[in-house]
Amino acid sequence: MFMRFIYKFSSPPYFYAISAKMLPWLTVLFLVLLGYGLYGGLVTAPADYQQGDSFRIIYVHVPAAWMSMFIYVVMAISGGIGLVWRIKLAEIVSISSASVGASFTFLALVTGSLWGKPMWGAWWVWDARLTSELILLFLYLGIIGLYSGIEDKRTASRAVAILALVGVVNIPIIHYSVEWWNTLHQGATVTKLDKPSIHIDMLIPLLFMAGAFKVYYFIALLLRSRNELLEREQNAKWIDELLENVK
Amino acid sequence: MRIVKKKRLMLILLMITGIFIATFFGLRAFNDNLMYFFSATDVVEGKAPKDHLFRLGGMVVKGSVVRQPSGLTVQFVLTDMAKEVTVQYTGILPDLFREGQGIVANGKLDANGIFIAQEVLAKHDENYMPPEVAGSMKKVPTEATP
Repeated sequence: MFMRFIYKFSSPPYFYAISAKMLPWLTVLFLVLLGYGLYGGLVTAPADYQQGDSFRIIYVHVPAAWMSMFIYVVMAISGGIGLVWRIKLAEIVSISSASVGASFTFLALVTGSLWGKPMWGAWWVWDARLTSELILLFLYLGIIGLYSGIEDKRTASRAVAILALVGVVNIPIIHYSVEWWNTLHQGATVTKLDKPSIHIDMLIPLLFMAGAFKVYYFIALLLRSRNELLEREQNAKWIDELLENVK
Repeated sequence: MRIVKKKRLMLILLMITGIFIATFFGLRAFNDNLMYFFSATDVVEGKAPKDHLFRLGGMVVKGSVVRQPSGLTVQFVLTDMAKEVTVQYTGILPDLFREGQGIVANGKLDANGIFIAQEVLAKHDENYMPPEVAGSMKKVPTEATP
């Protein structure tokens, strides 16, 4: 049953049709989550007892950092699926995730740096958390570069999948770096087994922002995958039929 | 065909396992280099380097901050709840610096065992709460300016 759904979903014409139907709904959901998250984070959430209003950068920084790791895992797993089962759509999902993930990683690094200067007293320090997140950005850039460097896109996808799978080792290092080593970066506030060490009024907008970022990624992924699919399948019959219907 | 896929899957899993093991040993070997700072206990026990710069992290002991009347020199005691080290610093302290705050200082020990800092960074903790909650929880001093 599940496998049948996967096979159906991964057929290019079906994916192309259903993703077009999903996009408007996802956009509405994204705008609702983002609107509530921003309003809650910037207006209704109380200021922090130590950092004052500067803490509000958490509403961009933390969801961006979560997404940078989440997208990497999605990219590696779909790359692995493409490698084993040679499913074209899995390869496309994998490479379409890379630039979205790189953007979120960059955003997390920049917002963290802007917060670090007033709070820590330094734009950048070479502690384990910051360094491993920077390595993640380089992994993303390496994947994008490798993919565009190989002419045949199916070969490129396979090379990229192996690089992505090798880089997976960095994900637990990023997450646990603040526990394994002494770092200037603080420990986990929300993603731990204990109760989150953040006041509930501050936490709820954060979760909405995290949801908004996740939906945004899904929208960007669908749009990019559709483009990539059209480019790869430009000679396929189903695209001709699609164009017939447009006329 | 199924055998081929199974083989590919096993190869990938083998590769990932190998990489995780290799990284684990690599990180273990460089464990000390990956520490961003030494604790007060490390310094007292002589694990910290004697003759070159290193970072010392800990909490500023309440009531230990002494500002010298002339200039910007501040002296305070850092603790890791076990051992204590006295730190001297000349310069502007970050906004979050206050008694009871975690900080990281970069510098070296002088002959008397006092840590002469060249740079002081504030380490924020993972707790976020509104001022009213913090006030009712542990009576944060009102001089805490944002």
